[in-house]
Amino acid sequence: MTPDGDAALRIEGLHKSFDGLEVLKGIDLAVDEHEVVGLIGASGSGKSTLLRCVNLLEPIDRGRILIEGEEITARGVDVNRIRQRVGIVFQAFNLFPHMSVLRNVTLGPVEALGLSRDEAEARATELLERFGLSDKRREYPDRLSGGQQQRVAIVRALAMNPDVMLLDEVTSALDPELVAEVLNVIRGLAAAGMTMVIATHEMGFARDITNRVCFLDDGVILEQGPPDRIFTAPRHERTQRFLQGIIDAGRM
Amino acid sequence: MSGPPPDVYPYQPGDPRVPEGDRGSRILAPLRAEGARGVAIAIISSVVVFTAIVVVVVNSSGWPLIKESFFDPEVFAEAFPKILEKFWRNVFIFIVAELLVLVVAMIVAILRSLTGPVFFPLRVMAAAYTDLFRAIPTILVIALLGFGAPALQIKGVPDSDVFWAIVALVLVYSAYVAEVYRAGIESVHPSQVASARALGLSRRKTLRFVVLPQAVRRVIPPLLNDFIGLQKDSALIAFLGYVEGLRQAQIIQFENFDFTPYVALALIYIVITIPQARFVDWLVARDRRRRQVGAAL
Repeated sequence: MTPDGDAALRIEGLHKSFDGLEVLKGIDLAVDEHEVVGLIGASGSGKSTLLRCVNLLEPIDRGRILIEGEEITARGVDVNRIRQRVGIVFQAFNLFPHMSVLRNVTLGPVEALGLSRDEAEARATELLERFGLSDKRREYPDRLSGGQQQRVAIVRALAMNPDVMLLDEVTSALDPELVAEVLNVIRGLAAAGMTMVIATHEMGFARDITNRVCFLDDGVILEQGPPDRIFTAPRHERTQRFLQGIIDAGRM
Repeated sequence: MSGPPPDVYPYQPGDPRVPEGDRGSRILAPLRAEGARGVAIAIISSVVVFTAIVVVVVNSSGWPLIKESFFDPEVFAEAFPKILEKFWRNVFIFIVAELLVLVVAMIVAILRSLTGPVFFPLRVMAAAYTDLFRAIPTILVIALLGFGAPALQIKGVPDSDVFWAIVALVLVYSAYVAEVYRAGIESVHPSQVASARALGLSRRKTLRFVVLPQAVRRVIPPLLNDFIGLQKDSALIAFLGYVEGLRQAQIIQFENFDFTPYVALALIYIVITIPQARFVDWLVARDRRRRQVGAAL
């Protein structure tokens, strides 16, 4: 185990309930710098809630979350500052429909990080170019395909220069032919050493790019390990059943 | 056979010649689909129907009297410029009131949407204000302030009719418009807020850059509704004895024993309202065109 300060993200004994229904029942997870961790599990197993807790979009009931050794769930922590260090990309893109692509990407850097507009635009333009979106900078989100929108959403999160990226089922709302372009972007990020936690239903993809896969079941991490082992020789009976279900559905 | 067979709809969905959804004219839309023959039939049937109505009305026994007391050209020619001259006072009053309403209503709506126990008194005040001023008839508020406030003779309190009329209109219409704004604010999906907060934007900046711009865009049509109401209610100031459009029309009516001045004033209101409606349609359509695929043509 790495010592406390080394983990990019450390989650200890995390509990979270909604209206008395316990969704997370004690999650322990440490993610090292440059590590890519995949979260798999059935709908409702708590993957999204876990990611939202890490970004402080949901208050937690018990436990603690640390980013590079700093406890972000402590009282009196400036949530805005923490969120600037943790990028999140949502299933439904959630771009701002009244702003151009460029403005979507520069809003955070200008208004939260305090960058000058010129500086933010230069960086945004560079990022958009890197992800093949430079010709879309003046467009509005509704005029883009789902795949393009999701790539913009990824760029928007990246523009904040986060320490950790959280990806919440980022391809689930896309048409099948648009999934690849988004997965390629994420693959590129992984290759560039971005620390990521990825909740996904794309098992082939998870197997490809993650260093470690965690199987969430009923609010706990039931099993975790290197993707090759989890996907070929899952130890837990429920993991086996979940993966068998995916294979039966022809999704792996 | 001329023209397409009537059971074939000539345009495919998404064809720009078909007026789009809710802002298209429901009156003309079916016509465009029917083609030239349909238009011809519509013109002929309109001419027949409207001629019949005019013939019946003009030949009815009461018509000469109606014409004399409501549509007297001489009275109209005399009254119209005088009424128009005083109507500029209404224009001044409602423009000033509208600008203030935009600001006051926004403040009330924001106060009402604040979360957190600290803001409870502000929320209560905002709610009480809207409940109160939506309940009281506008003319009563004008009477209360227009007659009441100057009667107190407190130093520094203006006693101008126009001042108090504007205050009354702002109080009443800000209550309505605050509710319109609030509906707009609540219509912005929570995921937009989550998205902005996830970028590290504060609550205030989230409201300012993400929530309010979307909310205001959505409520422009109902906002115009309330503004038209306000413009019409500027006539209630006549009640204070202030000579604006309506009061002027009334004076001329007393002089001539003729209602044509009222018709002249009605005409002015109609003429200023319709362009505003078209302007808002254009504004909404432009915004939509800019943001969405398919509406660009």
